[in-house]
Amino acid sequence: MSKRIICLALALLLSLTLVVSVASAAPLEQEVIYTVKLGDTLWDLAEKYLGSGPAWPAIMAFTNKKNLEDSTFAKITNADLIHPGWKFLIPSAEDAEDFLATYDPSRPELLFPAGAKGQLVVASWWTAGGEAEGLTGLFNIYKAKYPDVVIVNATVAGGAGFVFRPVLKTRLIAGDPPDTFQLHAGLEVEGYDPETYLEPLDDIFASEGLEAVFPPDLLTLLKYKGHYWGVPVNIHRSNILWYDKSIFAEAGLTPPTTWDEFFAVADALKARGVVALAMGTSGGWEAPHVFEDVLAGTCGAEKYKGLWTGAVPWTDGCVAQALENFKRMLTYVNADHPALSWDGGGHYLIDNKGAMMIMGDWTNGWFQAQGYTDYGWAPPPGTKGIFVALSDSFALPKEAPYRDNAIAWVKVCGSKAGQEAFNPKKGSICARTDCDPALFNEYLKSAMADWAVDAIVPSPVHGAAAIESWVTDFKDAIVLFVTSGDVAGTQAALQQACVAAEVCK
Amino acid sequence: MRYLHWERITSILLILPSAIAIAIFVYGFIGFTGFVSLTKWNKLFPDFSLAGLRNYQGLLANPRFQIDMRNMVVFTVLFLLTSLAIGFLLAVLLDQHVKGENIFRSIFLFPMAISFIVTGIAWRWLLNPGSVEMGSTGVNLLFEKVGLNFLKTGWYTDPKIGIKAVAIAAVWQMSGYVMAMYLAGLRGIPEELREAARVDGANELQILYHVIVPLLRPITLGAVIVLGHIALKIYDLVVAMTGPGIGFSTDVPAYFMWDTTFQANRFAQGASIATILLVMVGILIVPYLTYSLRREAEV
Amino acid sequence: MTAKMRSLREGLRVRGGSRLLIYAFLIAFAALYLMPVYVLVVTGMKSFAEVSLYRMWDLPSGLHLDSFKKAWFGGFGFEGISSNFLNSIYLTIPATIVSAMLGSINGYVLSKWKFRGSDLLFTLLLFGMFIPYQSILIPLVQVLYKMGIYGTIPGLIFVHVVYGIPICTLIFRNYYATVPTELIEAAKIDGATIFGIYFRVLFPLSLPGFVVVMIWQFTSIWNDFLFAVTIAQNPNIQPLTVGLNNLAGSYIVEWNVQMAGALMAALPTLLVYIFLGRYFMRGLLAGSLKG
Repeated sequence: MSKRIICLALALLLSLTLVVSVASAAPLEQEVIYTVKLGDTLWDLAEKYLGSGPAWPAIMAFTNKKNLEDSTFAKITNADLIHPGWKFLIPSAEDAEDFLATYDPSRPELLFPAGAKGQLVVASWWTAGGEAEGLTGLFNIYKAKYPDVVIVNATVAGGAGFVFRPVLKTRLIAGDPPDTFQLHAGLEVEGYDPETYLEPLDDIFASEGLEAVFPPDLLTLLKYKGHYWGVPVNIHRSNILWYDKSIFAEAGLTPPTTWDEFFAVADALKARGVVALAMGTSGGWEAPHVFEDVLAGTCGAEKYKGLWTGAVPWTDGCVAQALENFKRMLTYVNADHPALSWDGGGHYLIDNKGAMMIMGDWTNGWFQAQGYTDYGWAPPPGTKGIFVALSDSFALPKEAPYRDNAIAWVKVCGSKAGQEAFNPKKGSICARTDCDPALFNEYLKSAMADWAVDAIVPSPVHGAAAIESWVTDFKDAIVLFVTSGDVAGTQAALQQACVAAEVCK
Repeated sequence: MRYLHWERITSILLILPSAIAIAIFVYGFIGFTGFVSLTKWNKLFPDFSLAGLRNYQGLLANPRFQIDMRNMVVFTVLFLLTSLAIGFLLAVLLDQHVKGENIFRSIFLFPMAISFIVTGIAWRWLLNPGSVEMGSTGVNLLFEKVGLNFLKTGWYTDPKIGIKAVAIAAVWQMSGYVMAMYLAGLRGIPEELREAARVDGANELQILYHVIVPLLRPITLGAVIVLGHIALKIYDLVVAMTGPGIGFSTDVPAYFMWDTTFQANRFAQGASIATILLVMVGILIVPYLTYSLRREAEV
Repeated sequence: MTAKMRSLREGLRVRGGSRLLIYAFLIAFAALYLMPVYVLVVTGMKSFAEVSLYRMWDLPSGLHLDSFKKAWFGGFGFEGISSNFLNSIYLTIPATIVSAMLGSINGYVLSKWKFRGSDLLFTLLLFGMFIPYQSILIPLVQVLYKMGIYGTIPGLIFVHVVYGIPICTLIFRNYYATVPTELIEAAKIDGATIFGIYFRVLFPLSLPGFVVVMIWQFTSIWNDFLFAVTIAQNPNIQPLTVGLNNLAGSYIVEWNVQMAGALMAALPTLLVYIFLGRYFMRGLLAGSLKG
């Protein structure tokens, strides 16, 4: 009995799909002006009018093109977000076919027309939340200055760009890059073979007077093979010790500034049954993140910088001392840290079960979002006067299709207006030292003050201090150290990583 | 004759697209990956200059890879033995003409229908030990509630346990498969054999050991092959459940391969790991396939 | 099975109190196997206020759908899995249908129209089922990019069809092997061509084979993660497994929302399994190469 039902159901399904595909295969002789109704999707419309769902890019491209001449037509920026009442231009089957023959999904700029002054394709991995809002802020500044350029927001999600990079690289090799793309400021640029594929931005730095408004330490960080390759938009800080104010107040403690103080405070906290240092390490990068701050705090700014430039070998005593400090710190960490991501550590503070946490400044935004306000911040031990920085910048590929638009974009990124539009929304601070503090929240204000005077050193874990393969080796060595506690072995591994990166001898 | 010849050609033409697809997408690609593993391509942009076996030497000396291989062996052995044991036990129990056999069978088999990602998410929280300050959670909490406190451990947060916790989730997912195989096998054993042994004076346990288990050997072999190759390339479960884990205690070669290729841009190193994985799977599968092929030819 | 055999099958049977032991074991194991489902369901149904990692096993106070809604529609800073769900459908259904058709034709040729070397070809084909997909990822990405389908759903469909050839061919070949050659011979005598035999004799008989293959492929493709995460880079086209993993890996998403999402992601294949479990079993057995 059930066999017959299945038989019937399958037959029905097959015939239904046949009928639907035949019916929808009626080719469109000429273009149609269509008003979107509730429940429509681009896919359905393509199915209905062009005979095939995957032909939707044609509708998007033709509508966007029409929008330039007639703004009653919609401008579709996100294929999944169309609204009832929007007016579309659905091309004829022939036009659609011609378009689709040249369409390539890795080049979203094809879905947008060229404005009177062309396009600006901005490739980044800023797809959600504050980052996306910040990017929109930058776009608005640009649009106000250059209304005839169509901006294409070509984002590819995937934490810190790991999906984005291979796609971008393929486009660079093919000589078909976007007009500009996002890049961690610092040595990460090495991976893109900048001398072959990117334009140096020295002239722009000069004409925009950027060398006067960026801190000198930052300028050193940005140089690779003697040139600037990207304009930094924002600055994040890695080395912050967040602490729960009430626990500290009850225990009569103050945030530690030296290692001895740290361990004394930790002991006191442990005695009170509270987790002294909360961590969540399931992401694999959190422990190395804490270590980079310990390293900076133990070796000091100059030696720390030297480690990454090859001036100081990793066999130096301060590295061993840093490892010892880190090892001792780990005895005060919550036992379930491998099961939690970094925010899991944060929950200890929110629930009053943990007292301290070393994590980057994105923690501030997260605490606020969780409704937690009873926290303070201080530089981790040894890092007073040191700013461990990570930054995002935009680069200029050599074969950028609309070079002038890209140059204009890069200038907007470095401008006061641009950085003031971007950073408050993203929860970071300007790379420039002359942004208006009134636009930023309490924590960011204090970060800006530090930024102007501190010694700035790069963060390896976030792509500023070293090339990607070195960063991976560094992270792996620290992950192993967390369980092994083998100082000598890890120090050798860290030196080996530097050699493999061809920075040390 | 000509009629038959045309049919022969058509049959070959029908299978040709698949044959070509497999030739390229399986064998061709394996070859290319093997080639890449011998090059210097360890940066974002390709570099096909040859480097001999340097990538392999680097891997063997790499502490993370050494841990990965150890994890893989531990995982495979634990996963195989436990799945076989539990699957066999459940099959024997279900073979007893129990009421509600269908329901029990469905319960044991349903984990096979869900994704390793779903399994990983569920078991990540089940085997999260919690902490002294915040309280226990997951199975530790359950043990606490029923008074079995001594069973509490750190599960995957304990570097000494690590991948064994992942094996628990994997056993949950796949032991139903083993049970189904054994059940079908048990049902296929003719009663005369058991009767004959009974007549000879054997008790039930001896029948089990001397008659049934040997007859189920082909099934055991098949299960070892299928579970074995799944264990060697386990990836999704690790991603969703633990990531590489503390001290890489839940890291596996397949995970390392993805990490090093698509995160660190070390394509040649990733290709070497992939090739090693392939050779290990090959050692398991190729003899089995040739054995099957030969048996087919005999029939 | 004759009545005599059935009574003789009391062999490995135990009686009386021992039967109680058997039921006890089975129920205990069943509870163990259902434990994760219990946690998934119970957590998903709790209201946001009562969700706590440290009271995981408590029953919910009522039926709350907040977690499910958030997992489906998304919240501040993250996308829900609704679009991923649709992407999985766009991916799985065409791929399953094409796979099945291809498998059927291949199985037909390899079982009824053997030529010299066809068994070897079959074995070579079969090897493709076992390879670790890591060993073909690097060239796959390059070739798909050159073909222009990298990062698209059709590209993913293509990949699943190609790598589904071995298992689909296996299932159909074994299935068609059970079709008596006399039927084929009779059709040949009637003058049918290779195609005619397929459409007139085999295709009408193929329904169970199709159901088995389609259920198997549907489950495999719906649950696949590796190909999806490597090829579908644009979040707009990411299938459910990737979307779910992103949800689970995002620090903004609470764990109860992750659980609810996982449950919803598992639902389709679970439903297929519950209602068509018999065919699922057959797919299992076919894939075990009992040759």
